[in-house]
Amino acid sequence: MKEEKDRQYSKAKEKFLETFEGCSAQDIDFTTVSAEPVEPLYTPDDAEDLDYTRDLGFPGQYPFTRGVYPTMYRGRFWTMRQFSGFGTPRDTNERYHFLLDHGQTGLSVAFDMPTIMGYDSDHLRSLGEVGKCGVAIDSLRDMEILFDGIDLSKITTSMTINAPASILLAFYLCTGDKKGIGFDEMGGTIQNDILKEYIAQKSWIFPPEPSMRIITDILAFCSDHVPKWNTISISGYHIREAGSTAVQELAFTLADGFAYVEAGIAAGLDVDSFAPRLSHFFNAHLDFFEEIAKYRAARRIWAKRMKHKYGAKDPRSLLLRFHTQTAGCTLTAQQPENNIVRTAFQALSAVLGGTQSLHTNSMDETLALPSEKAVRIALRTQQLIAEETGVINTIDPLAGSYFIEAKTREMEEKAEDYFRRIDELGGVVKAIEKGFFQKEIGRAAYEYQKAVEKRRKTIVGVNKFQLEKEEIEIPLLKIDEQVEIDQRNAVRNVREERDNDKVSRELERLKVAAAGNDNLMPLILECARCYCTEGEIIGVLKEIFGEYEEPPFF
Amino acid sequence: MAKKIRVLVAKPGLDGHDRGAKVVANALRDAGMEVIYTGLHQTPEMIAEAAVQEDVDVVGLSILSGAHLTMFPRIIELLKKQEAEHIKVFGGGIIPAEDVEKLESMGVAKVFGPGTDTRDIIKYLKQEFE
Repeated sequence: MKEEKDRQYSKAKEKFLETFEGCSAQDIDFTTVSAEPVEPLYTPDDAEDLDYTRDLGFPGQYPFTRGVYPTMYRGRFWTMRQFSGFGTPRDTNERYHFLLDHGQTGLSVAFDMPTIMGYDSDHLRSLGEVGKCGVAIDSLRDMEILFDGIDLSKITTSMTINAPASILLAFYLCTGDKKGIGFDEMGGTIQNDILKEYIAQKSWIFPPEPSMRIITDILAFCSDHVPKWNTISISGYHIREAGSTAVQELAFTLADGFAYVEAGIAAGLDVDSFAPRLSHFFNAHLDFFEEIAKYRAARRIWAKRMKHKYGAKDPRSLLLRFHTQTAGCTLTAQQPENNIVRTAFQALSAVLGGTQSLHTNSMDETLALPSEKAVRIALRTQQLIAEETGVINTIDPLAGSYFIEAKTREMEEKAEDYFRRIDELGGVVKAIEKGFFQKEIGRAAYEYQKAVEKRRKTIVGVNKFQLEKEEIEIPLLKIDEQVEIDQRNAVRNVREERDNDKVSRELERLKVAAAGNDNLMPLILECARCYCTEGEIIGVLKEIFGEYEEPPFF
Repeated sequence: MAKKIRVLVAKPGLDGHDRGAKVVANALRDAGMEVIYTGLHQTPEMIAEAAVQEDVDVVGLSILSGAHLTMFPRIIELLKKQEAEHIKVFGGGIIPAEDVEKLESMGVAKVFGPGTDTRDIIKYLKQEFE
């Protein structure tokens, strides 16, 4: 009986292949956006040795390919978390109230470049940058304004901050503390992923070694005192935005994650004391199925390594929980309304891939920071997926697809190849110093650009279906030059009003600790509490740790 | 044979978005130009200094942090101060249309927006500087 079925199958497949070969294909590059080849058809042969229990498991069960929770979106939807911040803390506070009033369920802070790089608003290097691509935060005072009227025990907040993450976390914790909310009641995320800064996002301050020490200090402090905080959001988003392929995003992100796990273990921490609070952050790019396979492969790789290589015992240490943002680099300045559609497809791939949290980009982001209307449409896109399309009804609906399963495995294997190469280079930090990641990503970005220019890859509205004359009709958010002036004055006022003797003492204590081995978090909290500015705290740490410089190459 | 155009590709300001700068640097080099890349986080002073030192024909600025209205004119001014106003400045990044007009009136030679074909940049540079 089975033999007869097999015979029929082989015969039918042969016939299909013959017919297929006989037909002429369109002159299109049938590869993914990452230039990976794709077969015209996947069949049971491509999933032949798939072992359900070993390779997929049930949702909430090892190896978590099908999702980290047993109920997934039947339990609760993903968190709709729009990344937002601009101008003064007051401007952004108003935007947060707007978003919360429209049904957003978590906050996500975008900081301006001076805050990200550790400069106060009145520093010379901040000139022209204050409040431009995020909100300016100089001290605890600004954080208090930012969350004015928002209950930090009820909302979770994600902060996209890396090199100075310890300081912004301290500002946040002090803000809650002053309102009587305990550290253990506050939940949220700091990105705190410095490795991907050296690799892709390039917002570093200190060299890798002291940066990793600060991170392990945060891991240790939070596992004792801030148990609901996600201490690192291991991020592939920026790697992808810098031009990497999907496989590179997957492999480099997870390699970074394992490097943090190893650093934590090397610092004497029990892996299960911090691993449950590590989360991930991926990009939702254009190639629909490739992205879904990427998320599924990520969960499987993480679970396997955490269990077998790092000996994690707590089941929560094995869960790769992740936030997703749709791909900013795929948005076009041309016919910007098309970006709504791009973003919707990308968001759908993230949901079908089992994301825990999602940011959808606004249509106008290649032109400026998003306007209120554009942000509302972006948020509505998520609400539409959740409430109208029905995709939330069933968990991991694409499992068992010959294509998806083959692609998931292929991505896992290709990521493993990269892990081997990184090991050969001496690990992630050594590979960074050798420029390995940077060159891989740079090359991929340039190859993609060439493919677009040769029209092997299409960007609708840019190299195909262009409009002759295009009037951009969407209103743009402008940041008033007054913001910088106001913020400069605000930080100067803070310096005048506080107890400056205490400030000097706390900064000195921090400096001594930085030169030694004590955990820096309690000292940074004391600095924050007496209104030391971010720039002052960073300045003290720079004296001990020095600054990182990247050799320029392209 | 035409002389090789010398270009300084520079990243002023604090943001680290170097994808565009590097793609353009690669494309200009492949088009036969001599390209010097400053690396990230450069001050206007560092960029003007490098432009003079390297004796380039033109400086290409990539800026995505919103600080373009501060950075472009400052660099042009510094070049003038060093009697190097023959070095032209062009650029690209996240720059709204009305700011493009402002920048051009401040002496920026050309602004290329997102989605620009690198061949258009090459064509422009060859027309102006070869």
